[in-house]
Amino acid sequence: MTDQNKMKNITIENKWQDLTPGGMIFASGNSVEFKTGDWRTITPKMVWDKCKQCLLCAPMCPDSSIPVKDGKRLEFDYDHCKGCGICAKVCPFDAIVFGGEEE
Amino acid sequence: MKKLTEIRWHGRGGQGAKTASLLLADVAFSTGMYIQGFPEYGPERMGAPITAYNRLSNEPLRVHSNIYEPDFVAVVDETLLDSVNVTAGLKPEGAIVINTAKSPEEILPKLNGYKGKVYTLDAKKVSLATIGKNIPNTPMLAAVVRASGVMDEQLFLDNMQASFKHKFATKPEVVEGNMKALSMALEEVKVYDGSK
Amino acid sequence: MAIQDRLSGNEAVSIAIKQINPDVMPAFPITPSTEIPQFISQFIANGEMDTVFVPVESEHSAMSACIGSQSAGGRTVTATSSCGLALMFEMLYVAASNRLPITMAVVNRALSGPININNDHSDSMGARDSGWLQIYAENAQEAYDNFFQCMKIGEHPSVQLPVMCCQDGFITSHAVERMELIETEKVKAFMGEYKPEHYLLNPDQTLAVGPYDIPQYYMEHKKAQAVAMENARAAILEVAKEFEAMTGRKYGMIEEYCMEDAELAMIIIGSSAGTAKEACDELRAAGVKAGVIKVRVFRPFPAEEIVAALKGVKAVAIMDKTESFSANGGPMGAEVKAAMFGKLGDVLVTNYIYGIGGRDVKVDDLKSVYDKLAEMVKTGKSPEHYQYLALRD
Repeated sequence: MTDQNKMKNITIENKWQDLTPGGMIFASGNSVEFKTGDWRTITPKMVWDKCKQCLLCAPMCPDSSIPVKDGKRLEFDYDHCKGCGICAKVCPFDAIVFGGEEE
Repeated sequence: MKKLTEIRWHGRGGQGAKTASLLLADVAFSTGMYIQGFPEYGPERMGAPITAYNRLSNEPLRVHSNIYEPDFVAVVDETLLDSVNVTAGLKPEGAIVINTAKSPEEILPKLNGYKGKVYTLDAKKVSLATIGKNIPNTPMLAAVVRASGVMDEQLFLDNMQASFKHKFATKPEVVEGNMKALSMALEEVKVYDGSK
Repeated sequence: MAIQDRLSGNEAVSIAIKQINPDVMPAFPITPSTEIPQFISQFIANGEMDTVFVPVESEHSAMSACIGSQSAGGRTVTATSSCGLALMFEMLYVAASNRLPITMAVVNRALSGPININNDHSDSMGARDSGWLQIYAENAQEAYDNFFQCMKIGEHPSVQLPVMCCQDGFITSHAVERMELIETEKVKAFMGEYKPEHYLLNPDQTLAVGPYDIPQYYMEHKKAQAVAMENARAAILEVAKEFEAMTGRKYGMIEEYCMEDAELAMIIIGSSAGTAKEACDELRAAGVKAGVIKVRVFRPFPAEEIVAALKGVKAVAIMDKTESFSANGGPMGAEVKAAMFGKLGDVLVTNYIYGIGGRDVKVDDLKSVYDKLAEMVKTGKSPEHYQYLALRD
């Protein structure tokens, strides 16, 4: 019995026989597979001209949805951004637009 | 042929009636018998009347209830005669064994007209003379073996010697006193046959 | 050669645990199971075993620690009674749904109130739907033998469930009886090494246990758990067979006594089953066709076995050593009647509550139950309600 393979792509289509005993999860950090982006009703948007790469926004994001690479922030991870708006609030340069216009 | 002996012990919490029932079970076991030794549990405290039981048989034991019609009764504390009906259900062809300095004839009026044999033993005197402390259950054990005849007395003494040696492995000096308590008890125990 | 000894039920179970030498034992003392952690602590202090004993501050913590250590991959045991089991209640379900084969010695005692320290089955019967297997012992020998089997059944790959190894408080736990011990080498060979397929301390496998379950998955996980309980039937018999090969002592889901041609039957659990056999013998000597069905395994419930054993019986008394306050009888009464439904329509049935809170159960009490059954056969009627045995009324 290799339960490890069983759980790889469990969906609500799976029958009880296909689940792991006690719902064991054979992985770590797998919350990344849960796309919370569709919870979002307001979407933050970058105004790249104004961004100074001060990186205040990235650590403030509660969902780790602002990826940073080589000392620079990248585009939002919209798969997981729930649209809380904290990033826009902390940006000193108005480089993140949050709401105010129709999505 | 099934041969079952049922014994009820009466004592006070802390006097060793439970221990006596366990010791009797122990020595009977070592002679190859099937045994039960168990106290009646409750919220008892030091000094409160307690009851313990033995079933001894040559066949496996299955009944798990208290004993209401014992073949033998042992009373470790004479003062219980005033407060507990120690002869309740006791079979007339059996016997009662009482720890007392009195003679069987003197104790008889307190036994609710019991018609069977009455054994008395001054277990306090015996234990003080041999062990140096008032430990009545050791001499009482010998008196119960005499009264019940559940095992040969020499076999009983031999097995108790082995048991004491094991129990007192760290203080072998007390084995002799305990053995003396048993043999002195067998000499001192008195009997009155009420059926005659 | 097996070892003859004279031991109390608590001593016997403690020796079983010593021989198994499990990895971890978290426990909190409560009468009448207190002696078990006490003896184990002594064995450990004497260097006779190297189990890690975890002293905890409550039974809720004891069961939580059991869940932790069994999840980590350790063979884990504990012991409890009565209110202690009640305090574990929440965690019992976690242990079962996480599929952790913890083995727990339950020394049955009445669950308050009124507060009482003596024996009945209200504690474990209250936890009968928690997902644990429940196996009950008649005497010290069975408490000892069952402990090994309980662990092996629980650890069986098709089961992976926790098991309660029950015996009657004081009646067997504190009574010294003659019994046979198994040589430790044989025990070790029988038990084998515990090798769980998945465990938290496995460096080669990432694992998370006990996740939150949403409605889309909960029922499927519960079904899997229920199937594991069904699988336990086969595992119980498989382990019993193996145990019999080692010791010569035979065990099953139930034990039938004088049932071949019985017309009046009693279904009973625990230490009173022995007393019932004695009552049965006395009645047989008087020409009454009495029989006893001892229920050894209560979870999973031996419905088929009981129905098969009741074939040909005219009247049956179902004995419950607990009151369930359903106003319709005890848990055993409910289970047996459900098992009989549509299969044994002609059998007259009555359900007794007996021996609760340590009320002594005598041979004569149980004989009076057979008298009642005989009366039922005569009149052709089952009593309308369930009844109390040896009650002052």
